[in-house]
Amino acid sequence: MLYSVLCYQSETLAAGRTKQEDDAMMVRLMHVQEKLKAEGKLGPVARLMPTTTATHVRAGKDPMVIDGPFAETKEQLLGFYVLDCASLEEAIEAAKLLAREKDHGTLEIRPVAIFNPVGLSK
Amino acid sequence: MSDMAWIDAALTAARPQVIGALLRYFRVLDAAEDAFQEACLRALKTWPVKGPPRDPAAWLIFVGRNFALDEVRRRAKQTELPPDDEIVTEPEDTQTELAERLDASHYRDDILRLLFVCCHPDLPAPQQIAVALRIVSGLTVREIAHAFLVSESAMEQRITRAKARINGADVPFDTPGAPERAERLAAVSTMIYLLFNEGYSASGGSAHVRVPLCEEAVRLSRLLLRLFPADPEIMGLNALLLLQHARTPARLDAENNIVLLEDQDRTLWSRELIAEGLTLVEKALRHHRPGPYQLQAAIAAVHAQAVRASDTDWAQIDQLYQVLESVQPSPVVTLNRAVAVSKLRGAAEALAMIEPLEPKLGSYFYFFGLRGALLSQLSRPDEARVAFSRAIALANTAAEAAHIRLHLDRLQKDTDHTQGAKAHAAKRP
Repeated sequence: MLYSVLCYQSETLAAGRTKQEDDAMMVRLMHVQEKLKAEGKLGPVARLMPTTTATHVRAGKDPMVIDGPFAETKEQLLGFYVLDCASLEEAIEAAKLLAREKDHGTLEIRPVAIFNPVGLSK
Repeated sequence: MSDMAWIDAALTAARPQVIGALLRYFRVLDAAEDAFQEACLRALKTWPVKGPPRDPAAWLIFVGRNFALDEVRRRAKQTELPPDDEIVTEPEDTQTELAERLDASHYRDDILRLLFVCCHPDLPAPQQIAVALRIVSGLTVREIAHAFLVSESAMEQRITRAKARINGADVPFDTPGAPERAERLAAVSTMIYLLFNEGYSASGGSAHVRVPLCEEAVRLSRLLLRLFPADPEIMGLNALLLLQHARTPARLDAENNIVLLEDQDRTLWSRELIAEGLTLVEKALRHHRPGPYQLQAAIAAVHAQAVRASDTDWAQIDQLYQVLESVQPSPVVTLNRAVAVSKLRGAAEALAMIEPLEPKLGSYFYFFGLRGALLSQLSRPDEARVAFSRAIALANTAAEAAHIRLHLDRLQKDTDHTQGAKAHAAKRP
């Protein structure tokens, strides 16, 4: 089963990290990724740009394009992982490995319903 | 981040919102700052024990407001109240939820108002910036003094005087209508832009680039864009600062000498900041409401997209500057356009363009720097030397002066070389 691990954090708080702190955290997360990769569990990983770069497209016959974010929420989706795990238990264990290396925020585990791994060149 | 570092970051992140809300309650800046200070002290005592609250900003507003109300009551009654710890001043989650609901609707105007009071028109730009760094960003007087390269006591005095001005002025507390909001937004944008410029090209002192000021300006412009996510000019401001700041690692060499845009090692530019800036430029353009920040950001975007300096699309830059000239006519904009013109149609045309600007830019470092460079290209070394000497006299930082001296040295070498060659030729039979 594929699980997405969605990383929610307060964006302003995350921006308070110094470059050194952020680099150090990314190195630690890389080690976790290496481990998950060796176990054949790691799928695509992404860190998202700040919410100020977001654009919303409202569903409908004539889709409306709106500049996001809509409102000040406490935590924002700042990145995600896709993991291939045998069970929810295993996905939780993997998410815990990631969570231990992060300074704050919440990781939401959501099983993937449809996955279309179309190859991208970069 | 350790626990303490986390708390510190949370307090800094919440600061503009909390002081903004407290200012709305108390209407006096000093009172709002004191209440915030007290709330922070309580947070440092409570959070490590009880864990951080779900919404740090709401917690701090609640505690800060109660602290100030207690103060008022204490003074009014002139009676002994139980010691601090016994008064219920720390909220349970249900209470913070209420505070949250009360404050969420004010969120945007609170922060804008706080930024706006720092932009009091009586205050000269450096004072506006210093006060904003102190009040909104929470930098210490020492950090600000260091950034401005003045003594701590001088900066303390400057900020105290500026705050007295602000406290004496009528702060607009009503919820602003659309025109007032636009006016405040413009004043605040200018202040953030000036803050960035102060860091990007220091107006004095030994350091030519002051990275912390640039970083703070980027942070504030992002904050402003979160408040006004659909305003294309704020997108433009944020994009402009990101794209310029992306070049910082390449702007000075190991000896702190200025490296011109065309000579910079572009692999040192921050791809991350450039990507963010380019996205925002694209988002802004969709609105079809061009403004000065968007146009400047678009120009910065053209530079950012050129892999090598020789790939720069100067025709597009020339066009964008022409639009900027019509939107916001200024001799400095024309001066900048002259650089593009020199690349497209040669130094002679560029020189003809900037000559009429001298009465207005007669004390502007870059004017004489560019004139000297154009005259050198046109093989008019004597006039170039005069222009470069004027530039050195007008240089704002040691790095600027040193950069122009390099030009002078090069001119000297060329002259020596030519004279040497002539002498050599004369010796020949």
